[in-house]
Amino acid sequence: MKGGREWDWEISEKRVAINEWGTSFGWVEEPYASPDGETVAAIVNVAEMEFSVCVNGKAWDVTFDKVWHLRYLPDGRLTALVSEMGEWTAAIDGIAWDSKFGYVWNPLVSEDGQAFAVAAQQDMQYCMVLNGEPWNETFANMTYFALSPCGTKTAAAVQVENAASGEIHKFKKGTFTAALEGKAWESTYVNVWGLAISPDGESLAAEVRQDLYDYTIAVDGKAWDTTFSCVWEPIFRPGTRTVVAPVRTKGQWTLAENGNTLWDRSFVQLWQPIFSPDGNHLAAIVAPAFGRWTVALDGVPWAKTFGDMVTDVVFSSDGKRLAALAKEGRFWKVVVDGKVWSHKFDMAWPPVFSPDNETVAAKVETEGTYAFVVNDRLGPHACEAAWDPVFSPDGNRLLLRSIEDGVYCRRVVPVSDFMP
Amino acid sequence: MSEPVKQEGAQALDEGIEAGISGLTTEQIASVINEVIDNETGARLKTYVDTCVHCGLCSEACHFYLSHEKDPHYSPVGKVKQTLWEMLRKKGRVGPAFIKNAAIIAHTECNLCKRCAQYCPFGIDIAYLMLVVRRIIHKLGVTPLYIQDTAHSHSVTMNQMWVKGDEWPDTLQWQEEEAQTEIPTLRIPLDKEGADIMYSVIAPEPKFQAQLIYQMAVIMDVAGVNWTMPATLGWDNSDMAMYTGDNEIMGRLKRTHYETAQRLRVKRIVMGECGHAFRSVYDMGNRWLGWKMPPIPMVHAIDFYHELLSQGRIKIKQKYPEPVTLHDPCNVVRGGGLGEKLREVAHAMCETVVEMHPNREHNYCCSAGGGVINCGPPFKMTRVNGNRVKAEQLFAAKTRGAKTLITPCHNCHSGLHDIVEHFGIGLEIKFISDILYEIIEKPEAT
Ligand code: SF4
Ligand code: SF4
Repeated sequence: MKGGREWDWEISEKRVAINEWGTSFGWVEEPYASPDGETVAAIVNVAEMEFSVCVNGKAWDVTFDKVWHLRYLPDGRLTALVSEMGEWTAAIDGIAWDSKFGYVWNPLVSEDGQAFAVAAQQDMQYCMVLNGEPWNETFANMTYFALSPCGTKTAAAVQVENAASGEIHKFKKGTFTAALEGKAWESTYVNVWGLAISPDGESLAAEVRQDLYDYTIAVDGKAWDTTFSCVWEPIFRPGTRTVVAPVRTKGQWTLAENGNTLWDRSFVQLWQPIFSPDGNHLAAIVAPAFGRWTVALDGVPWAKTFGDMVTDVVFSSDGKRLAALAKEGRFWKVVVDGKVWSHKFDMAWPPVFSPDNETVAAKVETEGTYAFVVNDRLGPHACEAAWDPVFSPDGNRLLLRSIEDGVYCRRVVPVSDFMP
Repeated sequence: MSEPVKQEGAQALDEGIEAGISGLTTEQIASVINEVIDNETGARLKTYVDTCVHCGLCSEACHFYLSHEKDPHYSPVGKVKQTLWEMLRKKGRVGPAFIKNAAIIAHTECNLCKRCAQYCPFGIDIAYLMLVVRRIIHKLGVTPLYIQDTAHSHSVTMNQMWVKGDEWPDTLQWQEEEAQTEIPTLRIPLDKEGADIMYSVIAPEPKFQAQLIYQMAVIMDVAGVNWTMPATLGWDNSDMAMYTGDNEIMGRLKRTHYETAQRLRVKRIVMGECGHAFRSVYDMGNRWLGWKMPPIPMVHAIDFYHELLSQGRIKIKQKYPEPVTLHDPCNVVRGGGLGEKLREVAHAMCETVVEMHPNREHNYCCSAGGGVINCGPPFKMTRVNGNRVKAEQLFAAKTRGAKTLITPCHNCHSGLHDIVEHFGIGLEIKFISDILYEIIEKPEAT
């Protein structure tokens, strides 16, 4: 992640004594740091069944019967799901949306943080709510959810035909479909999962099961001509309405584009495909052999494989580099361009590329102590909690957010501090 | 061995099976059978089929066989003979009536408990063969109604009981509030990234047995565990798709479960007191996806309680006074090797533990497992009458003083409840957490 130009990038340290908050409240829940590191917030219990959010030591003016899922948006606004008098909604910086519901959950956020959506239930009917605006249409059930990359549209897998529990034959005829902005497709399916909205917000793709055995991808209500014994969630090629998804045939997985095989080799497993930002490269997590995992770039797997798990594949902004996390035994490692870093960790978080793509940083944890690692060099700070490192726009500095000895700490350090 | 005799009594009518076979032709059936045999089975099936010498030594292992006066219809090898062997012998050319019978045998007269594999000199795994039959039944669309409906629930909601997306976090928040009346600062932390443990359960807990979530929340709180429960899909570890042979849905469920744990960056998943879910997360679902072992360590509740007790993180205020007996769930004891830990937990908790015989990995199945109880009311008496030996075992334990039956598995719990009731045994059935919750030291209520 790249920080904003207007942020404070002076080499400095700012501290907030969050360990003192406990005296003012019944209890303080786990803290969250803002993207620019200037504020730290936590849900606090202010009285019996009365909650608020404390930001840098000061609670919101409002209280709620319940507050959960506190998170900062990428643009620095602070969101939470809140309930009052038995009704639920979202609150942003302490201001609840006017629209209230029986329940809200599963928040979705656009990359720039401008769009914030939730799934909502009212009187046992379901719809999506984007920036406080619910869909006009509601449905009897709603399962998988999506927000468009541009932040203007929401989608969900929705139930359009009633089938009571136990009506297996009716269910098999197809009771689900997908809806974009509340507009349901006309075609129905046994199941609809894993939705994706095109970059321009106009097209919707989803995994569908047409009967109990035939899986494929449907785009805007039209299924691909080819069916498969299984599929995983589709993605759109950047800047296009072309859809790519993992598909399974004859017990092996590969990638297909608009129904046609894309890669010339298959794998024991293949999932979480990801395009480079320019759309020129395509990577995915693959298992070239049973129990061996790695990343394949444009169909070619890295030589190094791992026994347990590979996750969090990230492209550099120029699409030329690729990083991921890999687990072997009980330890996690950072892998960049197929090369494994020497340090191993009990847990690691997604690798972060610098703006010039030369440097890779990550938050890591060993035996309950959090730290930052940059280009395989471990930083000096031993933290009780930490957030992902953020590079300055020029790539020379790092914003490190952590908690040490009960105190929240915002540090800006030169990247060179991590170098030999 | 002798030829299987015909099962006594009318066969239960099941809407899923009946509708499924109507309209099936021999050609369709042959095509599906051969497709499954040729493309989805390999050396394992061939070895089992070629190795079996029809000696019948596996028979004495099976509670169905023992409970039915040693009727060969119910012997493990007899079940294979009446289903898979015949399909192979006839190169798949069997009729709808045969398929109906095969569906009933594979789905309701075998618990996939694997006890028989221990008695076969060659270790032939009849449960695997019955799963191949169930896969064929699935592909033919003849799965019994109740368990098929459960598989459909899994496919839509990623949980076993049609629990909707909002109902799950709402239930957890309700249980948190309930528990706060006992321990005011108690939390059920939802979606807490970086917690040590993700706790996962099966859907009957939020649906009907929310007190089990309450009890675990109290145990977690007292032990000071850094834990979380997901507020999204992936919270349910159960898997009836594994038992209907819908391997694709099984894989989807397990992927969702493990990816949810990974999203939360937990070190381990602790699962509630469930047996079949353990088999799914530890053996079948993970392996279908290509993971040799669980990618994130998966700890069964027995193991977790054992850890908390042996590390002194929970302390017993006063041992449970009533004599208890233990039922060893097949999937976690025969399948997961947790028999000794279960006993150590029971002895730590209770004044008196009366052993059933046989026990540990030789224990008789509850006859609910393997998805049999999930085939619903039409087959209730098949499993209850098919487990008279369990009733005798329970009665013997009761005669030796047991008053409470501990069983750390949901299906065992329900299945044994039916057996205890039907045979009038009079034992109170409890989960471990029911007892732990009662007897551990808790902060004094304010
Ligand atoms: S119920 Fe158990 S012992 Fe009987 S055949 Fe099935 S797996 Fe074997
Ligand atoms: S499965 Fe094993 S024990 Fe049973 S009849 Fe065949 S060889 Fe004998």
